Amino acid sequence: MADGFIGTSVKRREDAKFLTGRGNYTDDINRPGQLDAYIIRSPHPHAGLGKIDVSRALKQPGVVAVFTGADMTADGIGGLPCGWLIHNKDGSPMVEPAHPPLATGKVRHVGDPVAVVIAETHAQAKDAAELVEIAYQELPAVTDATLALKPGAPQLFDEAKNNLCYDWHLGDKAAADAAFAKASKVAKIDLINNRLIANAMEPRAALGEFNRATGEYTLYTTSQNPHVIRLLMGANVLHVPEAKLRVIAPDVGGGFGSKIYHYAEEAIVTWAAAKVNRPVKWTAERSESFMSDAQGRDHATHGELALDKDGKFLALRVSTVANLGGYLSTFATAIPTWLYATLLAGVYTTPVIYCEVKAVFTNTVPVDAYRGAGRPEASYLLERLVDVAARETGIDRAELRKRNFIPKTAFPYQTPMAVQYDSGDYPGCLDAALKASDYAGFETRRAASQKVDKLRGIGISTYIEACGIAPSAVAGALGARAGLYEVGVVRVHPTGTITVLTGTHSHGQGHETTFAQIVADALGVPMESIEVVHGDTAMIPFGMGTYGSRSLAVGGSAILKAVDKIVAKSKKIAAHLLEAAEADIEFKDGKFSVAGTDRSKTLGEIALAAYVPHNYPIETVEPGLDETAYYDPKNFTFPAGTHICEVEIDPQTGSVTVVKFTAVDDVGRVINPMIVEGQVHGGVVQGIGQALYEGCVYDASGQLVTGSFMDYCMPRADNLPAFAVGHHTTLCTHNTLGVKGCGEVGAIGSPPAVMNAVIDALKPYGITHLDMPATPEVVWRAIDSARPPRAA
Amino acid sequence: MPSVSLTVNGRKVSAEIEPRTLLVQLLREKLGLTGTHVGCDTSQCGACVVHVDGASIKSCTILAVQCEGADVLTIEGLANGDKLHPMQEAFREHHGLQCGFCTPGMVMSAVDLLKVNPKPTEREIREWLEGNICRCTGYHNIVKAIQAASMQAGS
Repeated sequence: MADGFIGTSVKRREDAKFLTGRGNYTDDINRPGQLDAYIIRSPHPHAGLGKIDVSRALKQPGVVAVFTGADMTADGIGGLPCGWLIHNKDGSPMVEPAHPPLATGKVRHVGDPVAVVIAETHAQAKDAAELVEIAYQELPAVTDATLALKPGAPQLFDEAKNNLCYDWHLGDKAAADAAFAKASKVAKIDLINNRLIANAMEPRAALGEFNRATGEYTLYTTSQNPHVIRLLMGANVLHVPEAKLRVIAPDVGGGFGSKIYHYAEEAIVTWAAAKVNRPVKWTAERSESFMSDAQGRDHATHGELALDKDGKFLALRVSTVANLGGYLSTFATAIPTWLYATLLAGVYTTPVIYCEVKAVFTNTVPVDAYRGAGRPEASYLLERLVDVAARETGIDRAELRKRNFIPKTAFPYQTPMAVQYDSGDYPGCLDAALKASDYAGFETRRAASQKVDKLRGIGISTYIEACGIAPSAVAGALGARAGLYEVGVVRVHPTGTITVLTGTHSHGQGHETTFAQIVADALGVPMESIEVVHGDTAMIPFGMGTYGSRSLAVGGSAILKAVDKIVAKSKKIAAHLLEAAEADIEFKDGKFSVAGTDRSKTLGEIALAAYVPHNYPIETVEPGLDETAYYDPKNFTFPAGTHICEVEIDPQTGSVTVVKFTAVDDVGRVINPMIVEGQVHGGVVQGIGQALYEGCVYDASGQLVTGSFMDYCMPRADNLPAFAVGHHTTLCTHNTLGVKGCGEVGAIGSPPAVMNAVIDALKPYGITHLDMPATPEVVWRAIDSARPPRAA
Repeated sequence: MPSVSLTVNGRKVSAEIEPRTLLVQLLREKLGLTGTHVGCDTSQCGACVVHVDGASIKSCTILAVQCEGADVLTIEGLANGDKLHPMQEAFREHHGLQCGFCTPGMVMSAVDLLKVNPKPTEREIREWLEGNICRCTGYHNIVKAIQAASMQAGS
């Protein structure tokens, strides 16, 4: 592959529209005759749903319709599907309760949609909603997953005894137990991976439209994967064939996982548009986002690491209770299982691992993937546990990690948790990060902080993740109900300009730039001649969308596969035009030449011949130059790296300041360094957010306490330092580009680095663990209740 | 219904509105200026920042009727034709945006910062941006962009 645009920080083509206010987000779109929908949501965490009286609301000015769950049921509307089937330890399938778009019979969390008011304006719909009378019979609620499992806890579903969705495991329990029996040291930890709210800056929105002439539905939606929404909503919920359902995800203002899922509001506005025969738009108010966007994490875990006398890891045992919320969100069930336990080997040679997971229904907003999804939970547990082991054995934290790293020469490396890593250099990443962060000089800095009565700490995390989920057949065997390939189309037009269609979706990642870079290099044409199109099921044949850092590794590979087909066909056409044998045609820098001669045709000339086939090998080659490829990955990709965080704590206030953050990541080949670094910055800050600021809180009665930006603390510019971001690259061995993925590394590597630093800083107080977020209150209370600091 | 008359991006406009209409609703819904975004309902996120009579303000926090006779500048009016404002150019150059949703408010806020404090320190930039939330960039490149714009303005 020619080196041209790949590896250079090409400025983004997306930026001009966003910088001038010309972005086109779902809420910016208005259709003729459009109505506004307001969703009435349950104020109760758990209640029986009695009579709903809509008569007064219907008489209000501007109100066109009010619908309830009964209306959807009467129309045969189905429930929101779950896309991943998990089996219990005994082989039986998980409990999979119905999830109606508008609640029927019962509400199961604050924010559960109950009715929709459709009116000429938002204000009219919202005013009328006040007059819908709903009889709730309040029930006791449970929001903590561990409590929900206990006998006597409030029950969400009749079919889910003790609120258990599944009791799953992976690994060899007997072998793990045997290894623990022989261990010279066992390190243990109990920790909570705090529940988070993604809070993409653009609130979700959905606009449904129905064309009576053609019977076609169109949905504009804030989605990371419009084809998945078309599939799930068409087949499972509305029972509309694909050919009559168009889903458009225009500019989308951030996703972080929360815009993967098929949400109730998408089905409601699409269905309602046909009912009222006018377009219907719903846009979330932020307080609605807090109680309706799928939330993330929420694990309670016990972990144990067995070590021999030299500090070699012998075995790992993990037991996790995962909170799934009130219903199963689209991919909820896969997160605490296949996206979590499979990564518990981390970057280490631990030979035996056993993990069991109980997934539990509670009266909270459904939980699903949030940036990293399962992998941050695995990484956090493992990296905290390794620090516990280091402290208890007295081995330096970097040294203990080095003793247990999978060596650079061991790839491909089969872990005991089903996955095979293809490439990596974990010691190389660690060494680079130790150097960049001046780990060796830390104690001097600690002493300097001490002089001004500050506690300084340093924390390391050497993480791994799995991206580009991967081969469809494997995912299917593990319970996935969808394929996980990607689709790329390369369409060379008669004048030689090119449209690239991708089934992935860009909502901040810069695909329009990156994908143009790879096609420009592969075809030897200027970037300006390439247009990248995504986000419309009517234009793109199919696609699985963007999540799990898959877009370049899977979507980019599909595009390159289509490029290969273009080149192969072009060679046939060139051979005809140049009156040479096909085998003698060489393609380089955008030109098809007869080997050893100066006779050549440009891609543009080939394209013109393909569309105006006057002099053309019409007997053997079809006209046109437009190729589609489906790429099913051969394996996951495994980005990895080292993050080192340095914090300073004011013991008087408990406030933690991140003073230095160093990331050295191996994301495979870097196509656009500027974009990759931006992805790492954003991910690291979301991870720092999880560690120090963010936490979704429900009170004992089940009310969502953190229901606005005033209550849920996200990192602001003045909370953060500048970052040092570097790369230590090994190439992925099973895709042409050698890419691994960079969207999630920041959010996976950083939380344990921050928390290890916080615990290191608090060492003088004998504090060995704190749960996230380490807010000033948490840290201050820990200091206050700890014994007085040891004399210096 | 009361009416309001004001100047938006150099053009005189007037509209009949419900008294409860916010400035951001007037801009987005009546004037079709959808570059100004709504990211929250508690005046926290800053996606709706515009300039009113030369100073930055969250347009979700002021009623449209309060802007009678005011001079409003939105992100759509910042560039000079096809030539980006130096702050817009700096955001592009330094990758100060990803999904683009917070960007209009971020840029309008940053432009006002340099009016008030032409040579801010990194700390001053970070503190000024306390009222603008970005979930994509980690602020690193936004701060870099504003620093670059401030240097350029002085050169």
